[in-house]
Amino acid sequence: MASMFTRVLSGRNTAVIMAGLGAGTLVSSYIMTESGVSAGEKKKLYPPSADYPDLRKHNNCMASVLTPAIYGQLRDKLTPSNWSLDQCIQTGVDNPGHPFIKTVGMVAGDEESYEVFAEIFNPVIKDRHNGYDPTTMKHPTDLDSSKITSGMFDENYVLSSRVRTGRSIRGLSLPPACTRAERREVERVVVQALSGLKDDLAGKYFSLTEMTEQEQQQLIDDHFLFDKPVSPLLTCAGMARDWPDARGIWHNNEKTFLIWINEEDHTRVISMEKGGNMKRVFERFCRGLKEVERLIQERGWEFMWNEHLGYILTCPSNLGTGLRAGVHVRLPLLSKDSRFNKILDNLRLQKRGTGGVDTAAVGDTFDISNLDRLGKSEVELVQCVIDGVNYLIDCEKKLEKGQDITITPPVAQFKK
Amino acid sequence: MRMDSSALLENRQTPHRVHTTTGKIGIFVSAQSSSSSSTPQPTGTAAMPFGNSHNQLKMKFSSEQEYPDLSKHNNHMAKVLTLALYEKLRSKQTPSGFTLDDVIQTGVDNPGHPFIMTVGCVAGDEETYEVFKELLDPVIQDRHGGYKPTDKHKTDLNPNNLKGGDDLDANYVLSTRVRTGRSVRGFCLPPHCSRGERRAVEKLSVEALGALTGDLKGKYYALKNMSEAEQQQLIDDHFLFDKPVSPLLLASGMARDWPDARGIWHNDNKTFLVWVNEEDHLRVISMQKGGNMKEVFTRFCTGLTKIEELFKNKGHSFMWNEHLGYVLTCPSNLGTGLRAGVHVKLPNLSKYRQFEEILKRLRLQKRGTGGVDTAAVGGIFDISNADRLGFSEVELVQMLVDGVKLLIEMEKRLEKGQAVEDLMPAQK
Repeated sequence: MASMFTRVLSGRNTAVIMAGLGAGTLVSSYIMTESGVSAGEKKKLYPPSADYPDLRKHNNCMASVLTPAIYGQLRDKLTPSNWSLDQCIQTGVDNPGHPFIKTVGMVAGDEESYEVFAEIFNPVIKDRHNGYDPTTMKHPTDLDSSKITSGMFDENYVLSSRVRTGRSIRGLSLPPACTRAERREVERVVVQALSGLKDDLAGKYFSLTEMTEQEQQQLIDDHFLFDKPVSPLLTCAGMARDWPDARGIWHNNEKTFLIWINEEDHTRVISMEKGGNMKRVFERFCRGLKEVERLIQERGWEFMWNEHLGYILTCPSNLGTGLRAGVHVRLPLLSKDSRFNKILDNLRLQKRGTGGVDTAAVGDTFDISNLDRLGKSEVELVQCVIDGVNYLIDCEKKLEKGQDITITPPVAQFKK
Repeated sequence: MRMDSSALLENRQTPHRVHTTTGKIGIFVSAQSSSSSSTPQPTGTAAMPFGNSHNQLKMKFSSEQEYPDLSKHNNHMAKVLTLALYEKLRSKQTPSGFTLDDVIQTGVDNPGHPFIMTVGCVAGDEETYEVFKELLDPVIQDRHGGYKPTDKHKTDLNPNNLKGGDDLDANYVLSTRVRTGRSVRGFCLPPHCSRGERRAVEKLSVEALGALTGDLKGKYYALKNMSEAEQQQLIDDHFLFDKPVSPLLLASGMARDWPDARGIWHNDNKTFLVWVNEEDHLRVISMQKGGNMKEVFTRFCTGLTKIEELFKNKGHSFMWNEHLGYVLTCPSNLGTGLRAGVHVKLPNLSKYRQFEEILKRLRLQKRGTGGVDTAAVGGIFDISNADRLGFSEVELVQMLVDGVKLLIEMEKRLEKGQAVEDLMPAQK
């Protein structure tokens, strides 16, 4: 049975409808106009070479990987929700990058983007995730927090502990591509599920469009509020459209479990607390995630996930676990030691300022977290952070006593 | 199976199946095929870039579900776009695939200001004004002083029709300038064009401008190729334009692929300047120090007419029709797209309590010398025509010339401590 919807034509244009061949009832139409040219005609006038972006001054993963051949193959493909290659790469074209920081330079508009545009996503993923090959490798998911050992840090050094990830709702487009209705549906689905959380996870939702001045101030004081993105990396990808429609913040009453809705991903899930009890933070994280998953499944929804890419998120850098486990830790002596960066490297850890990514450290307190996202499970990554931070604290203590430290050998990569 | 059957998820599964078996779906028509075998696919209709190209997907949601929340908005689009109108127009697209949501995205993303009324919508191509006329006609009417959908706009680029204008007092008028925009028919406008189209517009423009002679002869500086020295010179001349930072422009997609295919052309005398692919295909500017508007306007008309001729020689005309005049990206620039203005010293008059009223009656507008949204410095104002549509170019420049003459006269009176009430103009 055919169902068709036709475009309403304005009087000036003449429509030429051509019937398709074959057993199907596929019909396509090309619209000729006196002055304007139809999209179908444009394809003939502008071959892929005419549209190929100028990436000579660019330094991002997308620019390193894209060739005219790949562009030619993919330019005219569309995902089922009509998302195109140009839309995936727009942010990377608009933001050439930085000589020292290599950004990813492309985003997914929906789950199928990673499939339809695999020819470019796979090499980008490989570049970003240390050689991980989605065509041959499988990503392990493990949210069993009971496996964690030594998860209690010395609180003379560790001020706070935090684990974050993201989750996407299968069947709805991602933030760069979603329509207003889809975004509102994400909000509805997630908020409904969250309202089913109980006990220490019970909490409340604050919609960005409806929150009171007072609620807003409280959220700012708690450091929970997120604002409209200003980074051109995000705005060029279209994630800030229709702000603040269907965006909001949910947190439990104890303020240790927090969810952002429709910011850079459908959801960002954060477990945190003051002090060094990373084991408890991760335990709550896993429990909360599983509970939310159960609640959405009750209503016929699920998270985007597959065995090669793990959890599907908007930015390829967040595939796999999407997990960043970190601490705010004081390392006054170690941070001044010339071996600090090498130690971090070998431990597969990354340092940031306590304001988050791209901020500088204040005083001697650093945000230390895992570098990797894909190819290792959640448990492995959190354990890696725990072991690594314990080692850093050990070094700090040694330096306090005037003893020497050693550079730890590099941690094993994922199994190829 | 599901307690709460979500229509969304069910609807989404069906097209998913359709798409994977039958491949690409034409922009305008789609069908579910019962045969899953080798149905030939239409040669791709890759949605021309940017914005919500997946209009078909949205049709599965109700209008209420998709309708933007405009409750905190104050722009022309928000005043006009009711749910009923949204419902009527949302299934439409222009031939190149520009949709209603594309038109209004900038207005949705920028609620506006309690005191300044922005337009809140843009065109992606010439046909936008036709396909979405039910939205754009009322917006145009509101923005352009009651201009009706049946009105005709007069174009007059004959500088001989301008009376006077060659003797604005140079003790007060520091500089004189006329600008407009032009769109090249057959290409999508900056919010919607592909890289290929934008480059084609650049190439055409550079070729056309390269054929100018005499005092109009000049040179093109592509933004992505210019040397440090060239860039500095253009900055010193106040010619260089930069990547837009205004969210009004960014939200409509005009800054995509910056600085690809953008550039500045100017004549050797530095009195005639063309911006390529900034907010419009072309922005054309004639300017010079002092108060000789006649000369500036003459060069403006001559230059524009020559450029139009050169484009025609290459088989391209400018977007124009007898109702909307010259068609540009923003509805506020329709008609003439003309802003004729001067930088003029009015330290006394600007403090006079009736200053705003005088400007209003003369159909003039004030800005700071940094351009739109800047404040005046040292009593020096940018005074220009407020109208764009419904008056011809000559009429608008005439109003500016006559108006500025009066303002200077009033300034001189106030300098001497004399009264100016008798000079108060009637509403034009």
